[in-house]
Amino acid sequence: MSSADVMIALPEIFMAVAGMALLLLGTFLTRNPTRVITWLTILVLAFVFVTVAWETPARTTAFEGMFVADQFGRFMKLLVLLGSGLALAMSTGYVEREQMSRFEFPVLILFATLGMMLMISANDLISLYLGLEMQSLALYVVAAFRRETVRSTEAGLKYFVLGALSSGMLLYGASLVYGFAGTTRFEELATVLAGDAVSAGAVIGLVFIAAGIAFKISAVPFHMWTPDVYEGAPTPVTAFFAAAPKIAAMALCARVLLGPFVGLTNEWQQILIVVSVGSMLLGAFAAINQTNIKRLMAYSSIGNVGYALVGLAAGTEQGLRGVLIYMAIYLFMTLGTFACILAMKQKGRMVEQIADLAGLSRTNPMLALALALFMFSMAGIPPLAGFFAKYFVFLAAVEAELYTLAVIGVLSSVVSAFYYWRIVRVMYFEDAVEGLDRPMEPGIAAVLAVSTAVITLFILLPGAILGGARIAAQSLFPA
Amino acid sequence: MNALLIEYWPILLFLGIALGVSASAVGASLLLARQNPDSEKVSPYECGFEAFGDARRQFDVRFYLVAILFIIFDLEVAFLFPWAITLGEIGVFGFWSMVVFLAILTVGFIYEWRKGALEWE
Amino acid sequence: MFVQALAFYLFAAVAIAAGVMVISSRNPVHSVLFLILAFFNAAGLFILMGAEFLAMILVVVYVGAVAVLFLFVVMMLDINFVELRQGFLQYLPFGALVALALLAELALVLGTWLVSPEASALSRAPTPPADQITNTHALGAVIYTDYIYLFQAAGIILLISMIGAIVLTLRQREGVRRQSVPRQIARRREEAVELKKVPTRSGI
Repeated sequence: MSSADVMIALPEIFMAVAGMALLLLGTFLTRNPTRVITWLTILVLAFVFVTVAWETPARTTAFEGMFVADQFGRFMKLLVLLGSGLALAMSTGYVEREQMSRFEFPVLILFATLGMMLMISANDLISLYLGLEMQSLALYVVAAFRRETVRSTEAGLKYFVLGALSSGMLLYGASLVYGFAGTTRFEELATVLAGDAVSAGAVIGLVFIAAGIAFKISAVPFHMWTPDVYEGAPTPVTAFFAAAPKIAAMALCARVLLGPFVGLTNEWQQILIVVSVGSMLLGAFAAINQTNIKRLMAYSSIGNVGYALVGLAAGTEQGLRGVLIYMAIYLFMTLGTFACILAMKQKGRMVEQIADLAGLSRTNPMLALALALFMFSMAGIPPLAGFFAKYFVFLAAVEAELYTLAVIGVLSSVVSAFYYWRIVRVMYFEDAVEGLDRPMEPGIAAVLAVSTAVITLFILLPGAILGGARIAAQSLFPA
Repeated sequence: MNALLIEYWPILLFLGIALGVSASAVGASLLLARQNPDSEKVSPYECGFEAFGDARRQFDVRFYLVAILFIIFDLEVAFLFPWAITLGEIGVFGFWSMVVFLAILTVGFIYEWRKGALEWE
Repeated sequence: MFVQALAFYLFAAVAIAAGVMVISSRNPVHSVLFLILAFFNAAGLFILMGAEFLAMILVVVYVGAVAVLFLFVVMMLDINFVELRQGFLQYLPFGALVALALLAELALVLGTWLVSPEASALSRAPTPPADQITNTHALGAVIYTDYIYLFQAAGIILLISMIGAIVLTLRQREGVRRQSVPRQIARRREEAVELKKVPTRSGI
């Protein structure tokens, strides 16, 4: 190790040190530590965001090649930091109201984000696993953070048991691959696995690794934890789960499949097509009968992962670019929707049934308009950003001659438009039973404003996301 | 390989003897002693009384907390063994590497201390 | 060589038998005790492979700490385990099916096992022969320097688990009288003891 290594991983090292400092500060503050630590954590995330955005690295590796910094990682890290920071900013009011006011909450979110950064920068099967565990361990705890309520503890336990199972599968797969190749470095794996004689063991290893990652991105058939965990976990935690970890896991998926396993593209392409079709169809059909909006968002996120995987299944640079654009737009759509859900409060009590939204267009027209925009965007209606997200992944699938996949994608997105429309209908065409509380908390209002701006103005200024995604996608496909 | 295993030969021998002794103790009492159990003889009792309740009582969750904190520090100590015997080769860098690792866990320790997790009320 | 083979089959057989007992014994405390037996035998197998350090860690960490934790957890749960077992047979066919699939996969892997020709050349820290260097030594030579990144990441994971355990289980109880050392030291004689002159034959 040299000082150059430290410089390359400086944002991560800074986050780790800051996390520990905030942990200690929290124990020594006597008055209202949660609020102070939350804002300091957001400050740390913002600072790291700026440092990551500042440097435009050519691909460099550090720590004996276990850590990689490149444009792809930079793009994904920026999304993850944005997701964590905004989710935390939305959480403040809820945390204080619902007896979650303990300063460990922001600190755990910070450490989870650190784990995601390590996942995104992983260039070795071992560092991949450690990053994943760091993230998951913190997430299990925040899912069960309201330990007095049965549902939150149940969510945490379910997430933990299934998450541990998926980590086990990933490790099993990694050890099979290591047994074949004798190395865990991604570059070396790529050369070994590109050879002619690849054993069945390595392919089964690939299948197990893919299954482990599919758990983390909650793709069918490893999605069963998602609705229960999303419903049971405290709402700000659900918002966080739907945003940052999903992006990090998707980054990991892309990096692993397009890096070490690029030689086995034909093998994993089949898996991805099945997984993607399953996720899209399940996301479209299972959500129709949901009455709880958090549960509905869980199925919607499963569907969204399916669409993003369409781009990855193409296995081309175009496809990867589509995935990156999709995840960026998904981040804003999902954060905006959860900001609306966090604003659903009647007489100081949180409500989460779709029926509670009835008549929102009259009691709170701005919120209703924002939520309607998010729903239309999720459904993929032009000119909102969600349309372009789907357009780019389907385009990549068509270019890669995966016509069936693209057609199924379009059809399931038509089906899903049905339940997104249902929410809009409840808001605009049903009479209010009881209005939602006003005014909104400033954190939620800010996130809502940012997300609405991004999804409506994307068509006018698409450059930032499209250009960033293009450069990022190029970095994984060396010419 | 075999040189290594020969070092463990006494332990294997010890295991064998332990197995033999315990098996013979249990076996001998089975064979030699007179056994005539009935339901009253084998039922549990407390100083001559009937048992008041089930022997299994629910433990306090604090036992769990102490045990898990113990495991974490146990793992930390496990990392110290290879470090201690290689310190001569890995030099100053290896030394500070371990100091940083210990510092991370010391942060956790201070946190535990301040939270009162180590106190038994 | 014969003793080595004998020891292998002994440890392996006992480990598998103990594993079966872990899931089939009625009393969960017995399950944990069988788990400890399985750990011990796994340690024996590690030693036969020359991995002394792992064997010792298995005994120290798993037998010494994890098994104790399991016992605590079993004691902590207030569940009727006999009732819990009712569904066991119901899920048996499905479980057996999954197990069969895994077995078939394992057979496939072993049947067509192949090590890449480049594998031995790529190996980053090849295991040194055991007669030159103990494997604790070999591990120590790389963990803290070459693998410092992973080592420190492991430290942070341990820290997170510490925070998690405290966040989820620590409760501050109300109305508990704690020992306060400073208060004990600061206590004066005047606050604690009072001397009263008691006249004879009259009481206080």
